[in-house]
Amino acid sequence: MEPLEIAEKIKGMFPDEVLDIREFRGQVSVTLRKNRIRDIARYLHDSPDLYFDYLIDVCGVDYLGKKEKRFEVVYHLYSIKHRRAIRLKAEVGEEDPTIDSVVPVWIGANWHEREAFDLYGIRFIGHPDLRRILMPEDWEGHPLRKDYPLRGPAKEWRGFEAVLEKSRRFKDYEWHG
Amino acid sequence: MEDIEKTFETKELTISMGPQHPATHGVLRLVLTLQGETVVKCMPYVGYLHRGVEKLGENRTYFSALPLSDRLDYISSMNNNVGYVNAVEKLFGIEAPERAKFIRTMVSEMGRVSSHIIWLGTHVLDIGATTPFLYAFREREVIMDLFEMLCGARLTVSYPRVGGVRNDISQEFLDQLYEFVLDFPSKMDDYETLVTENRIWKDRTVGIGVISAEEAVNWGLTGGMLRGSGVDYDVRKYAPYDAYDKVEFDIPIGKNGDCYDRYLVRMEEMRQANRIIKQCIEKLPAGPVMADAPKFTLPPKDLVLKDMEHLIHQFILITKGPTLPEGEIYMGTEVPKGELGFYFVSDGTGKPYRMRVRAPSFVHASVLPRLSEGGMIADVIANIGTIDIVLGECDR
Repeated sequence: MEPLEIAEKIKGMFPDEVLDIREFRGQVSVTLRKNRIRDIARYLHDSPDLYFDYLIDVCGVDYLGKKEKRFEVVYHLYSIKHRRAIRLKAEVGEEDPTIDSVVPVWIGANWHEREAFDLYGIRFIGHPDLRRILMPEDWEGHPLRKDYPLRGPAKEWRGFEAVLEKSRRFKDYEWHG
Repeated sequence: MEDIEKTFETKELTISMGPQHPATHGVLRLVLTLQGETVVKCMPYVGYLHRGVEKLGENRTYFSALPLSDRLDYISSMNNNVGYVNAVEKLFGIEAPERAKFIRTMVSEMGRVSSHIIWLGTHVLDIGATTPFLYAFREREVIMDLFEMLCGARLTVSYPRVGGVRNDISQEFLDQLYEFVLDFPSKMDDYETLVTENRIWKDRTVGIGVISAEEAVNWGLTGGMLRGSGVDYDVRKYAPYDAYDKVEFDIPIGKNGDCYDRYLVRMEEMRQANRIIKQCIEKLPAGPVMADAPKFTLPPKDLVLKDMEHLIHQFILITKGPTLPEGEIYMGTEVPKGELGFYFVSDGTGKPYRMRVRAPSFVHASVLPRLSEGGMIADVIANIGTIDIVLGECDR
C-alpha cells in the first residue's frame, strides 16, 4: 500500500476529521482536526493491514501568524511489519491549546508529549504525568514558541540567582577559622 | 530467618542519584524510592544539559546549523553529522556523489565502533570490571587519531557537508584504517575473552532489565535496545541511506531482551561495522566528493580564497541560505544509540522554520523506570549502562 492510499484510507474512516493530504519528497502528511486524534491513533495502531506499531516522534510546531490555528502537533508513525511511514498533523488553536494524549496507545509518547508541553505549552489531556521536562519546573514561558526571544533578558533566572547567592555566602565563610 | 525479617522495621527511603554521580554517564538525575534494597519507584530528571539546539537551529541557515549536530551525541558526532546532512539533502532534493556516500558510510561506521567501545568500557566498568575499559580506550584512540587525520578534529568533527564531505581522503588515511580494520577482530576477541563468559558479568546482566519485543516497540525503543528484544528493525536495512544498500552486513538480534542480550547485540554490531568499513575501503569508487549543485552546496574552500564570485556565493549561502520549496521532511538514520531523526519544516527561506531532533537517548532514558522498578538498586547501574544514553543528545 502506498502512503497516499493509507491517507485515503484514513479519510475513508474519518471523513470529517481529515482536512488536507499533502505529499512532499515522497512523504505524505495528513492534517487532522484534533478532536478524535486518539481514535485515529487507536485505529492506525490496531488495524491489521495498517499496524503502525512504532511511534517515531511527537513534536509541536508553532505557526504564529502563518496559519489560522497557531499550533500543530506532529506524529511520525512507522509500521515495522509493513515498512511504511506516515505523518499525522493535528491542528491546535492558541485559545485552547489542548489535545488528547496518545500515551494509552503508544506509551513511548509520554516524554515527547511532556516536551511539547514544556516547550510549546500544548496541554495533553489524559497524560499520566504532564510536567516540564527540559526546562526547570518553575520556568516561565515556553521557549520554542516563535514569540519567545532567542536571547533572554540580562537578568538571571531566579533559580540561578539563588545558586550565585549561595556561593557568595560560602565564600565569606571562614572554613579554617 | 523469616522471624528476623518480620521484626525489622523498614520504611521507604527516597534518595537522589546524580546529576553528578559517576555511574549515570553525564548529568542524569534519578530520584529513587527504596524499600530496603528494592527500587519501588524510579523517576528520571533530565534537562541539565539543555542548550536549546532546536531553537538555535531555527535561527541559523542549514549550513551554519551543522556544527550544532556535533554537540548532540558528542561521542559519536560523525554519525550525527551524517544524519543531519542526509536530512538536509533530502529537503534540498540533491544527492551526494557515490564516493562521498561511501566515505560517509565508512566514517559513520567508525563512529559506531568508537561509540560502542565507550559503551562497553563504561558499562563494564560500572559493573566492576576495570580492565576492558582500559583496552577499549586504546582502540578508541586509534579511531580518534584517524578522525584527526581526516579533518583536524577528534570529537566535534563536522566532516560531512551538505552535498558530500568536506575534503577527499588521503591514501595514508586509507592505509592506516585498513590496518586497524584487519587488526580489530583480534581486539574484539580480547574483550570477549574478558567479558562474555565471565561469571560475575553474567550474574549481573542475565535476566536484568528484561523488556519484551512488543513492549519495546510500544515504548519506541530503537537501536541495540530494540534488537536485543528480538526485533530486527534497523534503519540501515529498512530505509537505506548513503551506501548501506551497496555493502553486505547482518543485523544481529537478541532473544531475551535483557542486559546480556543487548551486550551481545552491540558486540556483534561492532564486528559488522568493521566488516562494513572493510568493504567501503575495498569498493571505494573514484570521483568527486561534492555534489554538482552550486545552488545548494558550499563552493570549494580553495576557490573561495582565490575567487571573488565563489566568495560571494559562500557568503550568501552561509548568511541567507538557499531558496527552497515549502514543505517538510523527516529523515531517520541509524546512529550507535538508535534512530536519530531530523524533522525539518521549510517555509521557503534559507533557515529551517522548525528543526526537530528525534533523539534516541531521550526515548531510552524514559524507559529507565520500566526497566528498574521492582529490581535491586545495584541493577539500576546495569540498566543505565545498557540503555547507552548520552545526555547531550537527550537534553539537546
